[in-house]
Amino acid sequence: MSALTREETEALIQEVLEVYPEKAKKDREKHLAVNDQSIEQSKKCITSNRKSLPGVMTIRGCAYAGSKGVVWGPIKDMIHISHGPVGCGQYSRAGRRNYYVGTTGVNTFGTMNFTSDFQEKDIVFGGDKKLAKLIGEIEQLFPLNKGISVQSECPIGLIGDDIEAVSKKAAAETGKPVVPVRCEGFRGVSQSLGHHIANDAIRDWVLPRREGKAFEGTPYDVAVIGDYNIGGDAWSSRILLEEMGLRVVAQWSGDGTIAEMEKTPYVKVNLIHCYRSMNYIARHMEEKYNIPWMEYNFFGPTKVAESLRAIAAKFDDKIKEGAERVIAKYQPLMQAVIDKYKPRLQGKRVMLYVGGLRPRHVIGAYEDLGMEVVGTGYEFGHNDDYDRTIKDMGNATLIYDDVTGFEFEEFVKRVKPDLVGSGIKEKFIFQKMGVPFRQMHSWDYSGPYHGYDGFAIFARDMDMTLNNPCWGKMQAPWLKKADSETEKKAA
Amino acid sequence: MANIMIQGSKGAYVFYLPKRDLEDAIVSMEFDTPEKWGGEIKLNNGGMYYIEPQPAPARLPISLRAKRLDAAE
Repeated sequence: MSALTREETEALIQEVLEVYPEKAKKDREKHLAVNDQSIEQSKKCITSNRKSLPGVMTIRGCAYAGSKGVVWGPIKDMIHISHGPVGCGQYSRAGRRNYYVGTTGVNTFGTMNFTSDFQEKDIVFGGDKKLAKLIGEIEQLFPLNKGISVQSECPIGLIGDDIEAVSKKAAAETGKPVVPVRCEGFRGVSQSLGHHIANDAIRDWVLPRREGKAFEGTPYDVAVIGDYNIGGDAWSSRILLEEMGLRVVAQWSGDGTIAEMEKTPYVKVNLIHCYRSMNYIARHMEEKYNIPWMEYNFFGPTKVAESLRAIAAKFDDKIKEGAERVIAKYQPLMQAVIDKYKPRLQGKRVMLYVGGLRPRHVIGAYEDLGMEVVGTGYEFGHNDDYDRTIKDMGNATLIYDDVTGFEFEEFVKRVKPDLVGSGIKEKFIFQKMGVPFRQMHSWDYSGPYHGYDGFAIFARDMDMTLNNPCWGKMQAPWLKKADSETEKKAA
Repeated sequence: MANIMIQGSKGAYVFYLPKRDLEDAIVSMEFDTPEKWGGEIKLNNGGMYYIEPQPAPARLPISLRAKRLDAAE
């Protein structure tokens, strides 16, 4: 079904690379590939997790984004201080739609911004005193917080503040966990290192806190790790696990609490959804607490059923039977969704460019709707992500790592997908080009997309976007005088 | 020297090198007895590493230091 053959795709990559200077071309060439399912190790065809080229438009974030925005931010009953100048915290505040239950400002603090608001004098004389004072004020104003994390912004590392010492002292005074996180933005090449640093901080400062304390466990305890509850994703996943008889002890970290995280070392299996951002802690728990972990995929009924069975296989017959019961219960509902939307979406082609787990995980959901993913790529994936992607993608499809604004636009112009799924920075470019677009980071303010309930919403959203009559009526301002024939085709 | 992790179980060890996201099966290990364990290990992709021979760990996975002898690229 793929419109382009292998040779054509290769030629397309070469053509796009043509505009770069020699050195840049050589570098970017390694990040673009045509999928070949026979390759076992991705690094033979694609390079990833390298520094972006200066001068190109990349949509990557920084280590602070990875730690505060992704891993720590959603923990709802802790206060996360953006330690440094005010901008980093303010411009990323509440943008990720990690839903949670609670009263904001009283016992939950997810959408609030706490910052030490560095001024010149703090850079010159150090900000440790300010941090100590800030923690004191937080204790006074928000006494129901269950802990504090100090998320460093760039200047903290540059001026060499000792946030660990301040944190230890404050923790001793308040009796609550105060976690210093060294996630200065300049570390690493993308937010990916921020995830790792955040995982290490959880390992060192959170997990040991309840060691040796009593815990009333059951043989069916699991933790959902790497689900950030975007638009309620973790909830629509959790109910499936609970329905099949498992007990979800902890949610990491969407709608999660510090107490849940501390209890995670007592679970029987760690279930990993976002492998990229949380595999570090899962591997650590496997080594230290002997907890096996497994990846699962809750996008689309085929993958949900597959994952539920794989999860159940780790438990006894009661759970296995429970999984079958859940699958059977939702099967007719999902069939109805597919019957309704598949005829409207059949054969449509999608290009994705997102981060974390979605470039490979959502492929199944699109396939359930009869759609085909013809190009995919990660913002900040590593080799192991591409290893997993190659098998999920069709042959001769495009794979792009840390794609630049120019390349992505050119690919879309040539491959002409019916739908592009990416983030807010790409959204308006493609919409102005007349290409239907869904934000696949924040689910375009919709969601949840995980689980069975999520699939119904996913299918509706894709149909709503793709079959919207507006696309045929759009014309980019710079194409006003161009031939309207080509316009119609692009739309 | 690099920090690595050996996972899996006897006969089906898996080598993990976090720095390079390298996760691969170990095809041969020089010493694999309860008393002496480690030595030269060969990976499925052709890479060779050396871990100091030691008594076999009671439980896997385990984090170790390993020396790279020959990395397959």
